[in-house]
Amino acid sequence: MSEFLVVAACLVLVATALGLIRLLRGPGDAERMMAAQLLGTGGIAALLLGATISDPAIVDAALTLALLAAFASVAFVKYGGGLGRARAPEEGE
Amino acid sequence: MSQLLDLWTVLAVGAGVFFFFAGTVGLLRFPDTLTRLHALTKADNLGLGLIVLGLLPRVGSPLAGLKLICVWLLVLLASATASQLIARVARRAGPPA
Amino acid sequence: MNLALLFDGMLVVLILAVAVWTVTVRDSFAAGIGYAVYGLLLALAWVRLAAVDAALTEAAIGGGLTSVLMIRATVRLRAGEAAARAATPGPLPRLLAALLGGSVAAGLALVVLALPDPAPTLAPQVAEHIATTGLGNAVTAVLLSFRAIDTLLEAVVLIYALIAVWTLTPDRFWGGRPGPKYETDPNGMLAYLARLLPPIGIVVAVYVLWVGADLPGGKFQAGTLLAAMWLLAIMAGLTEAPPISRRWLRGVLVAGTVVFLAIGFAGVPLAGAFLAYPEGFAKPLIVAIEAASMLSIAFTLALLVLGPPERSDQA
Repeated sequence: MSEFLVVAACLVLVATALGLIRLLRGPGDAERMMAAQLLGTGGIAALLLGATISDPAIVDAALTLALLAAFASVAFVKYGGGLGRARAPEEGE
Repeated sequence: MSQLLDLWTVLAVGAGVFFFFAGTVGLLRFPDTLTRLHALTKADNLGLGLIVLGLLPRVGSPLAGLKLICVWLLVLLASATASQLIARVARRAGPPA
Repeated sequence: MNLALLFDGMLVVLILAVAVWTVTVRDSFAAGIGYAVYGLLLALAWVRLAAVDAALTEAAIGGGLTSVLMIRATVRLRAGEAAARAATPGPLPRLLAALLGGSVAAGLALVVLALPDPAPTLAPQVAEHIATTGLGNAVTAVLLSFRAIDTLLEAVVLIYALIAVWTLTPDRFWGGRPGPKYETDPNGMLAYLARLLPPIGIVVAVYVLWVGADLPGGKFQAGTLLAAMWLLAIMAGLTEAPPISRRWLRGVLVAGTVVFLAIGFAGVPLAGAFLAYPEGFAKPLIVAIEAASMLSIAFTLALLVLGPPERSDQA
């Protein structure tokens, strides 16, 4: 069972790594934010799988990551959303 | 019983990984921002959700299981909101290049 | 076990690839996002190295706060980016810089690979004396008991960093509020998230602080979570950044260090040395230091991200 979970973690990592190609190419800022978000979710999935295999305390790391990823996504969109127009992020969303 | 639970773990985690790949393929291959965003949410909701459901039989205590579900719900909340905000960014940027 | 090696190998390749991309990409905003992704991957690497405390801190700071800080800086510097790019140094300084960076990296790699096996470590001594602190987590015991003086000085360094950021304030805005005024749509998406997430975040932060005594966690990670939640509320327009002239704000910023110093000096008459804990009182004192420091760290980090004041007190 542990081997299966490790394989699953590897596959999740591969999936998010492929998604990072979108980070490289993404013709817009939105694409890059989406790739970062995919990596965040993939990272959380890998951490949860790792927690089940070895150390249950890793779930706390996944919890922290989930909250901070939420904050970071919102901040990216808030600050980067108006980039094409070179204006300060003063509009509320 | 434990074999049944193991089978459940294998099936659910496997399905979760499948949806992660589905999300990635969508992110890479869909033609424009909004469709890619749609694909991304599949990875968050279904991918992570199925993995969490698959790992639930293996946790040490009900509290630990609750923590797993909590992580999933937080990711759902965050990704739903972020997706809406990213969609607004995309809409403001105009039609796809 | 070669399956785990596969995971580690992929992680290493990913980390290197993302690092190279972040450094070489032209668009600064993309580099900021790349830095967040890099922090995330590093957190996974820390977990693989069984350093869950470091993973928590990396995920929180690198993946969350620092990347937001960089994005803010990127957006502010957008206007001058063309001029900065035009002023890039020629090929010779860049080659020298690359050689310097490469040789430092190679030197570090040689040192790490040449460590004797088993590597010199103080872990057995820590394990021997950890019972005196009443803690179960060795990292917390080292940070707040065996090497408490380092943690105290780090707290002071954080305050200095904040003061340094505040020195960038234009004279007319001194004492004002950092960051622009965010308009709020009270029924909007962001306001909804900013009402829902901070209570959860606060509970998780207190949990991380409390569990840090015996399991991975601690005041720094908890403080970072609190800072992120507060920043979320500010970005959604639900609350305003406080003016930096307020006494309560300055009091909270130094509270952690003051409590630390007070307990440290109290250790001189009570236990014989600066920062020595009296017998049997170690854990309550450590918890008190951690709680006070968590608040200070939260406010300091949030104010660091918000930056110097951009508008006056009444705006």
